[in-house]
Amino acid sequence: MDIRLDAISHSYDDFEVLRDITLDIPAGRIVCIVGPSGCGKSTLLRFIGGLERPRAGRVLQVGEPPAGCLNPLTYIFQDFALLPWRTVEGNISLVLEDHGIRGQRAREIIGDVLARTKLTDFAKALPKQLSGGMKQRVAIARALAVNPAVMLMDEPLSALDSQTRELLMDDLVSLWSRQPFTAVYVTHNLNEAVRLGHQIVVLSRRPGQIREVVTLDTPLEERQFGDPELDAKQKYLWQLMRDEARAADAELLNV
Amino acid sequence: MSDATLDTTPPRDLPVRDEPKTVAFRGGGFAPRPHRWVGALVFAVLILIAEWGTRAGWISALTLPKPSDVLATFGELYQSGLLFKHLGPSLSRFAVGSFFGVSVGIAVGVLIGLFSYVRAGAVPLVAALFPIPKIALLPLFVIWFGIGEGSKYALIAFGTFTPTVVATYGAVDNVDRTLIRMGQSFGLSWWSIVRKIVLPGAMPGILSGLRISLAIAIILLVAAEMLGAEYGIGAYILQAGSLYDLERLFAGVVILSVLGVLVSAVIGVIERRVLGWRT
Ligand SMILES: Nc1ncnc2c1ncn2[C@@H]1O[C@H](COP(=O)(O)OP(=O)(O)OP(=O)(O)O)[C@@H](O)[C@H]1O
Ligand SMILES: [Mg+2]
Repeated sequence: MDIRLDAISHSYDDFEVLRDITLDIPAGRIVCIVGPSGCGKSTLLRFIGGLERPRAGRVLQVGEPPAGCLNPLTYIFQDFALLPWRTVEGNISLVLEDHGIRGQRAREIIGDVLARTKLTDFAKALPKQLSGGMKQRVAIARALAVNPAVMLMDEPLSALDSQTRELLMDDLVSLWSRQPFTAVYVTHNLNEAVRLGHQIVVLSRRPGQIREVVTLDTPLEERQFGDPELDAKQKYLWQLMRDEARAADAELLNV
Repeated sequence: MSDATLDTTPPRDLPVRDEPKTVAFRGGGFAPRPHRWVGALVFAVLILIAEWGTRAGWISALTLPKPSDVLATFGELYQSGLLFKHLGPSLSRFAVGSFFGVSVGIAVGVLIGLFSYVRAGAVPLVAALFPIPKIALLPLFVIWFGIGEGSKYALIAFGTFTPTVVATYGAVDNVDRTLIRMGQSFGLSWWSIVRKIVLPGAMPGILSGLRISLAIAIILLVAAEMLGAEYGIGAYILQAGSLYDLERLFAGVVILSVLGVLVSAVIGVIERRVLGWRT
């Protein structure tokens, strides 16, 4: 299942946020969206997930989601969004219960996704007992449990320290290599973008417009920490963004 | 001061080498921990002082009865079987009245928290009802619900309703919006979101509102019984008071205090069991 953004524009009252975004998100690819603070990245992601409606333009779903897909468009949030009163298991079963999956079948799915995210030993733990990295792995496990067609990630690693971030990026890469998923990955961090993105969409400052789409051909598994080619791409992206970011920063101060 | 002294002794305000000092600890406090015995100790000390004062005579018998006499009165009350004759009706009024008040209050509070039309309509109404001294409405309730149990239930229910509503919608407002967004993004039904996200998330606020509501329920219980009841703690206290029988008056008051402590302890137990997830 592909996602197509067709000429999306949006403003909150008189406050223009996005202008004429047209973009294809092909199945099985990770599309990273980078851009200066406040340019509308999170807003765009909310449109894609159907949590908000744009003023103009449409979000289209091309093709049917694969069979067995419970929640085609599934979010992973920056602040994890785990229910603090439910255990790791309970948080995952939350999203299965509404699809009528309980008992043995639920236990199988939960066991499988916990194994894939290396959390099997923490099934009975409460979120308050987990570190930030583990909480985000629980959120990833919860997203995997509904077998999404497209994962929508809004700065999923921003709340984590840089070591944990490296480890989780490796986890995401190995999850993707084993079973490619489609993802829209919003980030501030250009390093994450060049490690995880097949395509990197650079937005301008508010109102967000597509400035450039950078394509990376190196397979995900071969992208190593400190790879010169990736560093060059990252430097290029930073040059694209620097002036925008500086202008955006000054704008925010003037508000 | 001569130059010689300056050369030999380092200046006092610029110590060159000083003894290492442990950094002073200043991070304590602001983290309540359970100390059960302290509460009991405060009660015991106050009672002992009262006993000592009344025995020694520096508290006159008209000011305060002897705690031991109050205890003896309490013993009589228990042996004569009157204790339960008074306690039974009181407890059932308390239970029935606050059950209705609290459950309707929680329901209305959740509706106010969830629907902006209900909020717009009900919040001013609740604000208008809250400051009315409910005891003043007892005659009205007697006309509406009769002189029997009905008016007492209604008074207690009404008195617990308003604080419960206010606590509940405040608690619903405070539920983390990102959790609700999460629920929606996974396609949970509206009812699932309310039941599995909003209500558990509002539980801490609802329970702390319950402490206040139930204390108000005890106050109103006594008020209702003072105005028209044969049996009940309030009636018992009123009889004792009109005879200036301080021992019996205090025995009644102690029962109320114990009731208050028990209610608070029960809520504490519920909080520990239901809210163990809080950090
Ligand atoms: N519900 C809303 N009502 C009004 N303005 C909003 C709303 N949501 C976002 N905005 C504004 O729209 C702009 C874009 O917001 P958005 O959160 O999409 O930016 P972002 O690119 O995700 O920023 P960041 O990098 O800081 O996360 C911001 O200036 C924000 O203040
Ligand atoms: Mg954002």
